[in-house]
Amino acid sequence: MSAIEPTQAAPADQDALAWEYAPAPESRDIVTIAPQYGLFIDGEFRPAAEGATFATLNPASEEKLAEVAKAGPADVDAAVTAARHAYDRVWGPMPGAERAKYLYRIARVLQERAREFAVLESLDNGKPIRETRDVDIPLAAAHFFYYAGWADKLEYAGFGLDPRPLGVAGQVIPWNFPLLMAAWKLAPALAAGNTCVLKPAETTPLTALLLAEVCQQVGLPPGVVNVLTGAGETGAAVVTHPDIDKIAFTGSTEVGKQIAAAAAGTSKKVTLELGGKAANVVFDDAPVEQAVEGIVNGIFFNQGHVCCAGSRLLVQESVADIVVERLQRRLTTLRLGDPLDKNTDIGAINSREQLDKITELSAAGDAEGARRWSPPCPLPGRGYWFPPTVFTGVSQSHRIAREEIFGPVLSVLTFRTPEEAVAKANNTPYGLSAGIWTDKGSRILWMAQRLRAGVVWANTYNRFDPASPFGGYQESGYGREGGRHGLAAYLDA
Amino acid sequence: MGIESLDRLAPGRAEFDVAEVATSDAGLRQVLHGLPGVDQVGVQERVAGLATRSVKKDSKLRALDLAIRMVDLTTLEGADTPGKVTAMCAKARHPDLADPPAPPVAAVCVYPDLVPVARAGVAGSDVAVASVATAFPSGRASLAVKLADVRDAVSAGADEVDMVIDRGAFLAGRYGQVYAEIRAVREACGPAHLKVILETGELATLDNVSRASWLAMMAGADFIKTSTGKVTPAATPAVALVMLAAVRDFELTAGRRVGVKVAGGIRTAKDAIRYLVLVNETAGPAWLTPRLFRIGASTLLNDLLMQRTKQRTGRYSGPDYFTVD
Repeated sequence: MSAIEPTQAAPADQDALAWEYAPAPESRDIVTIAPQYGLFIDGEFRPAAEGATFATLNPASEEKLAEVAKAGPADVDAAVTAARHAYDRVWGPMPGAERAKYLYRIARVLQERAREFAVLESLDNGKPIRETRDVDIPLAAAHFFYYAGWADKLEYAGFGLDPRPLGVAGQVIPWNFPLLMAAWKLAPALAAGNTCVLKPAETTPLTALLLAEVCQQVGLPPGVVNVLTGAGETGAAVVTHPDIDKIAFTGSTEVGKQIAAAAAGTSKKVTLELGGKAANVVFDDAPVEQAVEGIVNGIFFNQGHVCCAGSRLLVQESVADIVVERLQRRLTTLRLGDPLDKNTDIGAINSREQLDKITELSAAGDAEGARRWSPPCPLPGRGYWFPPTVFTGVSQSHRIAREEIFGPVLSVLTFRTPEEAVAKANNTPYGLSAGIWTDKGSRILWMAQRLRAGVVWANTYNRFDPASPFGGYQESGYGREGGRHGLAAYLDA
Repeated sequence: MGIESLDRLAPGRAEFDVAEVATSDAGLRQVLHGLPGVDQVGVQERVAGLATRSVKKDSKLRALDLAIRMVDLTTLEGADTPGKVTAMCAKARHPDLADPPAPPVAAVCVYPDLVPVARAGVAGSDVAVASVATAFPSGRASLAVKLADVRDAVSAGADEVDMVIDRGAFLAGRYGQVYAEIRAVREACGPAHLKVILETGELATLDNVSRASWLAMMAGADFIKTSTGKVTPAATPAVALVMLAAVRDFELTAGRRVGVKVAGGIRTAKDAIRYLVLVNETAGPAWLTPRLFRIGASTLLNDLLMQRTKQRTGRYSGPDYFTVD
């Protein structure tokens, strides 16, 4: 009667199965990566005027994926000229209902080619296919669908009877959500009637270039969307070009400040979505199991390469031990490895540079006396990897509690009263997002009124919807993206 | 493993004596309502996330064999006959004579009057006999009748007893009554294993599922079980997740591993594997044994066998190649 032996607590049930999920890699054959990519200007791909190129790598293997054109000042000028021409002749005068048709087409093609985009994004960025497949790509399509709906209803958006587009938008986006950030920028700009010059991040240009192919596929008029690949200088050339009417930037606070300074005294409108050091506040009456999931999702989603990541866990002292213990147990189940494996939870760090930054800040945490913990987690031999890491015993004054790490590193602080939680949460130059975990609705509202953060999540974290505005306070930037509010950034309202 | 040795329960909270708190509804209420809350939206999200786990190739094959060994092959109909039960027992012992043959299931599950038939049917094998009891499925009978029902099943040879809790008493907050009933049934079971059916489809909230799980474990359950299979919804991944977290936390505080049985509505191998993923990543791999996880089902077994054949041969054979009893 082996099936009914007594269930006395045993060290390990002899019968229990050591059950490993077999590797389940998504096929990379679905996407064709060209050896060379040009710039997308005026509806066509062309090499850079100066012929410069740079390589883009797969951060999980350090293997070179493709050689990509590096746009110089002449290319920026050509792209802005094409965008201006398209704005004056085609896209600006086009009725909103007609613009909407193009946006709907882009959205549908993104859905049709979702697997292709997901695989390419995972290859170029290092994030797990589970996330690109279930979050990045569907959300990118959702943004195009959402703003397509606004294109012919702008007079009802609350910005006056006849809101006008701004003209040519220069848009510089980061490497953490390459396609999604492109969608956040392009969809509202195009819906409002602007034309765009988009500069994807140096380390993740490929999905923006595939999106450019989609623009060709749907017959978007030439010059409406231009994609210039390159590094920081290319971005600087785009935002300082005199014929750009609008600058939209997502990236580091440091670069954001430079852009704001460069735009000062010009007629350019600017929206900036910058860094963050969000507090995820867990009260003693929180649903512990789900709060732990929310903490994991808050800081380990996309390897912590998220500007709104819940990188500071503020936990009420009476439950601090149990929350940390359960968090650690949960972290031992995370699966780190091949981003293309469908069961991978934690992928690769996007670049050597970012890995060095995470390593340096974590070392500062050790040096300042915080206690570091990581689950037993072998790292692959090649590529850029960092294990999920939790620092306990962190003080507000520690660098790991103040500076944005932008990696899978969580700092745990405790608090006693709700007032202290608010004070600590707000004690940062940033103000992008925050999380609250409690069973009390009244406390959620009380906290949300006091937290200086553009987005406050209650009993959830890192939830995004195209209908919901997103943006920051203080050094996390200004302007909102998403929702009706997101239109304001692209209308002369 | 006696409940009396359980000196500390809800983690991080004051120590207390279970025997003492169990003497009153108020004492039990304090413990059960002091458990951390369960957020329904968060549970759904986690379940949806785990449902995307990809189980292929060798790991799928192992999962299928494990799932077969976890099946409580069940027939609980008014129309059950000794012949049907005998045939089911034969199937339970040798589900499929493929090469290599499929492993036997964990148990057969029948009404108390058919326990002797089942006992004879599985004689000489490792397959256990489980019997529902305590006025299954409604539980609407006096305690005396319920206990007689249990003794009847055990004396007829049941190795395992699946009891139902009094949902009315639980929902009305009469926790003491539910506790006392489970204790009494536990006594009446003697050496037989006790599975306590929470009937989660009638408990309305996941908070209640968590509380009922703890109440049953405190009262001495060997297994907590989702459903009778007679009420919709029966087992759901969300409910299973909450119960698996409860048994995991109970072990951490009480030092005793309690099993989980999901029952009702699990018909495909795909569903069964998803439950195994929940077990693996919530309670932990220690629960991946028929001793601690069971799936109550009737039609599931054939789909497991069919998928097993497919996985081994690369070909699907029709349902006619698998016996229907």
